[in-house]
Amino acid sequence: MKTGPTTIRRRHLLAAAAGGVAIAALPRAAGAEMQPATTEAIRKVTGGKTPQEGRVTLRLPPIAENGNTVPVTVSVDSPMTAADHVKTVHLFADRNPTPDVATFHFTPAMGRAQADTRMRLGQTQDVIAVAEMSDGSLWMGRTEVKVTIGGCGG
Amino acid sequence: MAAPIGQPRVRLPAQVRAGEVIEIRTLISHAMETGQRRDQQGNVIPRDIIKRFVARFEGEQVFAMDLAPAISANPYIAFPFKAEKPGTFEFTWTNDAGEERKATAELKLA
Repeated sequence: MKTGPTTIRRRHLLAAAAGGVAIAALPRAAGAEMQPATTEAIRKVTGGKTPQEGRVTLRLPPIAENGNTVPVTVSVDSPMTAADHVKTVHLFADRNPTPDVATFHFTPAMGRAQADTRMRLGQTQDVIAVAEMSDGSLWMGRTEVKVTIGGCGG
Repeated sequence: MAAPIGQPRVRLPAQVRAGEVIEIRTLISHAMETGQRRDQQGNVIPRDIIKRFVARFEGEQVFAMDLAPAISANPYIAFPFKAEKPGTFEFTWTNDAGEERKATAELKLA
């Protein structure tokens, strides 16, 4: 008789723990946890549509010693044909003084959906890319960069 | 008012086969003044950046980029291109004042 309540209590605890994990993991997956200025900048380019997670890959060093010049490669999974290609890729830095970094305009002539540049990061933060496809669908990728020395001047 | 746009540099691979996707690398000297910095008197140093880059092949736009002050000084821009035929690339960098700097490069196929 004594084991019953104990088991239930343990189950409750496990369920609560699992629920807690799910809640903690959700905002990042759903693209929340962004600065209001970033959310607004993304809304401006998407017209309010929520981009889907995936297809966009951001390659940056996990730790940037010098925030003045951080190499970044953005690539999108796309065949880059006339019928099916990436039109634009918007790049954002969540915690810079202004979130906008760059907008790339792609064409099928590129053969592959990729661009490389070097960016400034004022502090440790997420870098976010939103891609707009020729069919109008929107895709998003994000990655965190730890910055040792910020790069937005004083 | 605007600082002069520096010398552009463009690099294409030397040996290119038809149908190959190559990488085109560009670099231009420019301070990319953010407009966030102050001088020793405490006055804001006005923003002065390269704000647009366009790459054309045989007159047709193949890649373009709008730059914000978050792009590092001396902007480095690289992008892929599917080499189908020989021809001429023209690259144009434009600053906030609307001044342009151009460079060209020949694509030769092996």
